[in-house]
Amino acid sequence: MTTFQVLNGLTFAALLFVVASGFTLIFGLLRIVNLAHGALYLIGGYIGYTVGVKSGSFLLAGMAAMAGVAFIGFVLDQGLLRFVRGNDLRQVLLTLGVAFVLNDMALVIWGGDSFTVPIPEPLRGAVTFFGIFYPKYRLFVLLVGIILFILLWLLLHKTRLGALIRAGVDDAEMVEASGVNIRMVFLFTFLLGSALAGLGGLMGGAFLSLYPSADAEILVFSLAVVIIGGRGSLAGVAVGSLLVGLLNTFGQVMFPELAYFVIFGPMAVLLAFRPLGLFGKAT
Amino acid sequence: MDRRQFLKTTTSAMVLSGLGTLPQRAFAQGAPIKVGLLAPLTGVVASGGREMVEGTQFYFDSIGSEIAGRKVELIVEDDASNPDTALQKARRLVEQANVDFLIGNLLANTGLAVANYVKGNGTPYFIPIIAADDLTQRQRIKNVVRVAGYSASAFTHPLGDWALKQGYKRIATISQDYTFGHEQCGGLAQVFTEGGGEIVQQFWHPLNTADFSPYLGQLANMKVDAVFAMETGADATRFIQQFASFGLKGKIPVLGAMNATDQSVIRTLGDECEGIVSPAHFAEGSTVPVTKKFVDDYTAKFQKIPSLYGFSMFSGAMWVSEAIKSMGGKIPSKEALVDTVLKTDLTGSPLGTTVKLDSYGNPIYDVYIRKVMKRPDGKFWNVPIETYKDVSQFWKYDPATYLKQPPYSRTFQGIKKG
Amino acid sequence: MTQATRTLTIGAIAVAVAALLPLVLSTYQVGLATEVLIFGILAMSIDILAGFAGRTSLGHGAIFGVSTYVVIYLVSQGSSPVFALGMGILASAVVAAVFALLAVRTSGVYFLLLTLALGMIVWGICLRWTQVTGGENGLRGDIRPAILYDHKTFYWVVLAVTAVISFAIWRFVRSPFGLTLRGIRDSESRMRSLGYNVPLHLFIGFTVSGFFAGVAGGIYAFFNNFVSPSTVALAQSVEGLLMTIVGGVGTLFGSFVGAAAIITLENIVSSHTERWQTVLGITFILIMILAPEGLVGKVRALLGRVSRSKSSVS
Repeated sequence: MTTFQVLNGLTFAALLFVVASGFTLIFGLLRIVNLAHGALYLIGGYIGYTVGVKSGSFLLAGMAAMAGVAFIGFVLDQGLLRFVRGNDLRQVLLTLGVAFVLNDMALVIWGGDSFTVPIPEPLRGAVTFFGIFYPKYRLFVLLVGIILFILLWLLLHKTRLGALIRAGVDDAEMVEASGVNIRMVFLFTFLLGSALAGLGGLMGGAFLSLYPSADAEILVFSLAVVIIGGRGSLAGVAVGSLLVGLLNTFGQVMFPELAYFVIFGPMAVLLAFRPLGLFGKAT
Repeated sequence: MDRRQFLKTTTSAMVLSGLGTLPQRAFAQGAPIKVGLLAPLTGVVASGGREMVEGTQFYFDSIGSEIAGRKVELIVEDDASNPDTALQKARRLVEQANVDFLIGNLLANTGLAVANYVKGNGTPYFIPIIAADDLTQRQRIKNVVRVAGYSASAFTHPLGDWALKQGYKRIATISQDYTFGHEQCGGLAQVFTEGGGEIVQQFWHPLNTADFSPYLGQLANMKVDAVFAMETGADATRFIQQFASFGLKGKIPVLGAMNATDQSVIRTLGDECEGIVSPAHFAEGSTVPVTKKFVDDYTAKFQKIPSLYGFSMFSGAMWVSEAIKSMGGKIPSKEALVDTVLKTDLTGSPLGTTVKLDSYGNPIYDVYIRKVMKRPDGKFWNVPIETYKDVSQFWKYDPATYLKQPPYSRTFQGIKKG
Repeated sequence: MTQATRTLTIGAIAVAVAALLPLVLSTYQVGLATEVLIFGILAMSIDILAGFAGRTSLGHGAIFGVSTYVVIYLVSQGSSPVFALGMGILASAVVAAVFALLAVRTSGVYFLLLTLALGMIVWGICLRWTQVTGGENGLRGDIRPAILYDHKTFYWVVLAVTAVISFAIWRFVRSPFGLTLRGIRDSESRMRSLGYNVPLHLFIGFTVSGFFAGVAGGIYAFFNNFVSPSTVALAQSVEGLLMTIVGGVGTLFGSFVGAAAIITLENIVSSHTERWQTVLGITFILIMILAPEGLVGKVRALLGRVSRSKSSVS
């Protein structure tokens, strides 16, 4: 019985990891708290849904979601954020405005009905093991989360680009001063982060469905994950996702009254005493 | 006076009196009836809100936007699924736009906020969708009338009876944790337990729960004859899908609130929703000719099968319009409108039967027990499998006795002990 | 004429003009004007921290709404309106103090996120503690005292309170304590090295800011006769902050300009379209790019440039 709930927590954590990893990359390197990240998730999901339904291909839907949202991210970064570079607060508030606009535009385009991204045939149904009956798709989400963690780790620790990103998280000015075209690194990171939000939307859209306030909900979870885990840290976002995912699931089962406390309580306390989170570094 | 003088005087007198009345009647005919429609066009229940507007407009279009020679001016305001906004817009409609009456709102908390406001100024407020029990029971406000609407527990009373008839002995309920959910579950629980059934466990989850897996895990391990799911909107969609994906469909029969199997939910679902049983006054799969015609016309116009939201607003608008017509198109005062509506019976609605209001301003319906079935074209809809006639908000209880028990809440579910 | 006297004169003129408004506005518009005053106070309380201590908060909506809840709850239980208002203001100040205890060690974006999280906790409590707060139905009642039923009378009373409160806040930020806050805003490390207890100053500043937000929230209770979790939700904090920013962070009275601008815009836009949210978002974006110092700030900057060019010519 508890195995069941643990699996629920882990699979939800995997989805959170996909979304929050994008968020923390942008926060870590560009120091931008992108409050439109939730809206990117939702729009990614909607794009994935539309493409998935029309083409019948989950893979195509995934690529469309990631590409579409990366494009929106591109416009956001190059078209709007460039006017407020360097001012953290202005950037945050600008992304908040963008979140409002994107959310409303999504309502206009897709309407208020709830949509579910169609799950590909081979992933439908459930598997039985240890006496539990568990949906295949949720296990797939868990697998994707793990693969993504490995891929991101490889990117950050085994490639030059990754080294630049990690250095930039620590000290962006130094990296710039050493002659590297930091602008390109920033842009790549922003696009990657956005694409991950889009991917999250597609995957989440298949088992959690897509609807007008899904963006605010996932944003709130992502914030909790990144604040608990720490800015710009891959280990941080992994640990943060696990904590938030498991806390949320067990909180729902054991303390349904305190649904929000269970996540925001630890987050607030952590922010107060260790503002950088578990693995974060100072700016 | 000589004859010429007399003729001149009388003619001018006649002309003057004629001029006196003509502009007045023209003025009365010219002044439109202003209808203030509040609906959530943005926010979490935006899709329901859109259908509310469509249903209302569908009705007014069908009568040429005219009642007894007066034009109808429909003013729509968005309540954003939020009670503060609902209150603000209600104020605007009443104080700035000077509407003759307010109609609409979807979420119970928005309805309660507006009801509190109209209590103070007597504006007639018609609520075809707001189901908060107490607005027509213990906390009744005279100028709030539930035309074509329903109180939350009214339909689950007969569902409890039907469950007993199926031989179910143990039921678990899962519900959104707010008044509407408490009242629906309470209605079922009271009748079911009074008939000897047992409510094994009740799950309450916050609105907008994305992940039902924690509850489904527990449900899978309980020995229950059926589960009653009180879900609306996106929660309903997710619950039905996740229930099926966890392999519970077919293992445990599902009884649903009518909102859970409403078109606004099942039109984007597949086989997962098939077989769910729910109670309501309206069933889009009904073979009653008037209902069928309404469903066909609506589907032709909006390319979707009508949901409760569209149907209820259509009938609600019809009810009020019939009342105004019976007054010759004149609304001498707010009280007069409310009184006339309370006395008017709804004939000609898509239900095909005459519906009356009880003495508390709540309609009495024939309630269908419906099952979700697949149509030949692959879409799903609710088809009646049994009918309970003349069900009031008080079920078979005496109103005075019923009102002595507290309203349904998380702590009071009407469960009979022992 | 000193700066202070000039400010006071402009203030007096503004109050006089505002007092005449009910004579030309419709009943509904008087209601809107009352809201401008109430939310103007909220925006000013946010400005105390944002403009003078350099801390931008996304939790003031929750602090504001706590007072509304307390007032409606108490009056519905039979308390006198004055007592209830006092308790409401006290409650807000206490909540602000609790927020402050946790938040004073942070700044910038982290301060923003922490106040956001704390605001969400308050919202969660209001939503789930159904016994006391009514859950998502909120609390409703007929709590406005009978003598204030008339829209115009209520407006004038609120205007009087607003004038007094504005004056109090203005004196507060000009006091030595206020100057210390500004020093902290400009350079925390310098203040620390000068021996100032920065966390203590921020704590007091935050609590005072919460006190004033509580005043606004309490009056709002009498205006609305209704409160629900949306009054303490994040959206409320965001709108309040937006009013502060549109008016001009650090300008104090710009808050009223910001409140008037947002409320008027909302009223006009939502009569013509459902896309108010998009308009709000675009407003936010444009302000951040083009006029982060807000309307009043922009006007001051332009006037400054004009007077500088005038003096350079002569």
